[in-house]
Amino acid sequence: MVAPAKKPYRVIGSRPVRPDGTDKVTGRANYGSDIRLPGMLYGRVLRSPHAHARIVRIDPSKALAHPGVKAVITQADFPAAEDVITDLGETASNLKWLVDNVLASDRALYHGHAVAAVAATDPHVAEDALGLIEVEYEPLDPVLSVHEAMAEAAPRIHPHMHTVEMLARFSPGPRSEHDIPNAASHLRLEIGDLEQGFAEAEIVIEREYETGTAHQGYIEPHNGTALWNESGELTVWLSTQGPFMMRDQLARMLKLPVSKIRVIPMEIGGGFGGKIPMYMEPMAAALSRKTGRPVKMIMQRDEVLLGTGPTSATYVRVKLGARRDGTLTAAEAYLAYEAGAYPGSPVGAGGMCMFSPYSIPHQRADCYDVIVNKPKVSAYRAPGAPAGAFAMESALDELAEQLDIDPLELRQRNAAVDGTRRIDGAAFRSIGNEAVMRAAEESPHWNSELQGENRGRGIAMGYWGNGGLESSAYATVNRDGTVGLVLGSVDIGGQRAALAMQIAETLGIDYEQVKPIVVDTDSIGYTAVTGGSRTTFASGWAVHEAGLEIRRELEARAARIWEVDAALVHYDDDGVIRGPEDRSLSFAEIAGQLHRTGGTVQGKADVMPEGTGPAFACHIVDVEVDPDTAKVEVLRYTAIQDVGTAIHPDYVEGQIQGGAVQGVGMALTEEYVYDDEGRLRNASLLDYRMPTTLDVPQIETILVEEPNPGHPYGVRGVGEVPIVPPLAAIANAIHQATGVRPRTLPASPRVLLEEMLPEA
Amino acid sequence: MSSRIIVSAEINGEPTEFLADERDSLLEALRDRLGLMGTKEGCNNGNCGACAVLLDGRLVNACLVMAAEVDGAQLTTVEGLAREDRLVPVQETFLERGALQCGICTPGFLVAAHALLQEHPRPTEEQVRYWLAGNLCRCTGYDKIITAVLDAADRTDVASG
Repeated sequence: MVAPAKKPYRVIGSRPVRPDGTDKVTGRANYGSDIRLPGMLYGRVLRSPHAHARIVRIDPSKALAHPGVKAVITQADFPAAEDVITDLGETASNLKWLVDNVLASDRALYHGHAVAAVAATDPHVAEDALGLIEVEYEPLDPVLSVHEAMAEAAPRIHPHMHTVEMLARFSPGPRSEHDIPNAASHLRLEIGDLEQGFAEAEIVIEREYETGTAHQGYIEPHNGTALWNESGELTVWLSTQGPFMMRDQLARMLKLPVSKIRVIPMEIGGGFGGKIPMYMEPMAAALSRKTGRPVKMIMQRDEVLLGTGPTSATYVRVKLGARRDGTLTAAEAYLAYEAGAYPGSPVGAGGMCMFSPYSIPHQRADCYDVIVNKPKVSAYRAPGAPAGAFAMESALDELAEQLDIDPLELRQRNAAVDGTRRIDGAAFRSIGNEAVMRAAEESPHWNSELQGENRGRGIAMGYWGNGGLESSAYATVNRDGTVGLVLGSVDIGGQRAALAMQIAETLGIDYEQVKPIVVDTDSIGYTAVTGGSRTTFASGWAVHEAGLEIRRELEARAARIWEVDAALVHYDDDGVIRGPEDRSLSFAEIAGQLHRTGGTVQGKADVMPEGTGPAFACHIVDVEVDPDTAKVEVLRYTAIQDVGTAIHPDYVEGQIQGGAVQGVGMALTEEYVYDDEGRLRNASLLDYRMPTTLDVPQIETILVEEPNPGHPYGVRGVGEVPIVPPLAAIANAIHQATGVRPRTLPASPRVLLEEMLPEA
Repeated sequence: MSSRIIVSAEINGEPTEFLADERDSLLEALRDRLGLMGTKEGCNNGNCGACAVLLDGRLVNACLVMAAEVDGAQLTTVEGLAREDRLVPVQETFLERGALQCGICTPGFLVAAHALLQEHPRPTEEQVRYWLAGNLCRCTGYDKIITAVLDAADRTDVASG
């Protein structure tokens, strides 16, 4: 279901087949793990069986004596790392911590922390060799939750670390006057006067919420193949969301100039934020340097769950004040997110986003980034926002119940509109928040009657700010009237199509005339990650600019061909160049004449656009809860979202459907289960339970299109916000079905049954 | 060093002989020994379905079959679905419906859907969901995959290939 487009576009809004489609349905597309090079060795990683341990000794001699084993490395094989804050996409991280996370130095800080790596002639031999590397550990007490970690007497995982006051989300300030054990940082976000806000309230509710650790769950394990040649040049083939980000990280860690490193992005099998940090890539590089041969490394699935960054387990306390008519007067939150073993949880985004769908004059959020002995978290789709929204949207549901106001109506009465100030003080402009709520109110789902026992309906909002950042593109006009489009943005879910469509629109040509290609870091200007809901927006800007340059060049060329003043020549949106006396040339006609009239025409652009449009979403869900087993079945699901302009509606809907189902997983079944020693007990896709085809219904989508004035085609990022509302929407539905309010997610049968059967 | 075994099998209609390590899974043999990279590794323990292949017409996860077991067998991988320069309907409908995002699970889904449509040319949505329950997709939420498979079933030439 799509609202009518605001502009009569020719290509945008249609649903063509993606350019890389045929290769991906025939098995021909080359993903990172499909690379094979002559003389290639296979690398594997030895990981700590302890959550927290001093590494006393590593002895690789038996492994090195094993036939077929060519090299073993530890952190001593890398240059010493300085303490520098380095920007890493949506989170910030110190280089020393980044390096220690790749390979442990003196201590292993989580179960699965890499301690050594081996390269051998065969994958089976490499696996055998892992058991021959002797490591002596001295186990230490693990710290496994934010509550344990922040307690007065807690052991400090990083003994020299002090709590830092953040000045803004990504800007660390001075040491805090209130040092809290294992709290890497504190960020306070605030507008208005909280005391005044609560004084004006006629009703106040305060509740606590927790969520478990969840993994992005991309189906393709991390992989990386490196060749460090005799001239000191390093080439890396891999699946990554950010080839340039990977190049930067490798350069910092290996102390190489970026010009010595070439990162070749292969097709990528999912990422959701998790394929931005480096893990095995520097190990493959070091093993290649030691052996003089290319080294390929692929994680096993348990290593993906143990050794890469999931998202934070969280604790959020929220306090809301309102008048009897439902007007919110004050909102306060305390958020403590697990960072894992090194700082960098997305807690600031949690505090930033949770109140943003609403106009609340007085707000405060205190956000703590907390070190625990678990894997260092990384970005996961709208990092930090789902847990904050779970707390806020659940509390709002309770408030609606206590005030006897319809939950959607309560949200509509308090909806943020253009001019409303967010918690960071910035004012919204051109947002679709109210339009989304209206579309929810008018949706078939909301207006249907839910019948049957043990069933309930829930609703929740979500907000995400979306990203901009750098993108590069260039486009070449071919003699046959086609355009070669060269991209720095990795295609993780239809980006080639979405970008080809935008330049086709700019040039007034058919989508099929554009041939997009994704290239490596030596072949195009810096392009930031495919992530942060930025690619269709920012790389879309870049291809549009490249298209405009081609239009200007072709106008000049036509003027020269016709021998007229260039001011009299105009490239029209239908792809026809028109001049005086009814002269005209189609794109294909002028393309065919270029080589005879001055040579090739290219357009190029490097952009770093401001003007990102924030995203709002409203999800409605019906569930049925089995009264005997507390198993929750999702019966019907509708996701409504302001998408700006839907460039390729299939892939916009796909982002929404996929994000919603990941949210269903976080709400119901997905969590890391640790034992008392901090060992992860469910490191497989059987026991870490992601939704299957049998766990979800079809996901209905309603696309609201409020064009973003900050983009030539009105694009807003769409990929992340769909994971924000599902947690609370499902919790609210469970409450309506059972009377039980899930305040700890996932709402597994174990958790729910305890509440449903208090006497049992 | 472990010993090597000669394995003969018909792979995608082609009689094939290869040398497998005695510890090789079928998945490892397909990828590392035969270069058939279309069959993907997602978990290597039977939980994700990315390596689904047809073994004597039966849907199996290649990571759970030993390479030595397929001696004398007929195998179909994703590379063997399209015939004579023509995609089978379910490959076409995956493209038309935007049923893949990253595409890593797609070969496994296509093989499983192909097996389903051979067994049940006109499946219900419930049957589709049942047959594809062994394949994990993390990008799509399954919606467009289900639609694409149901669409493919509506095409008359479904039995071809």
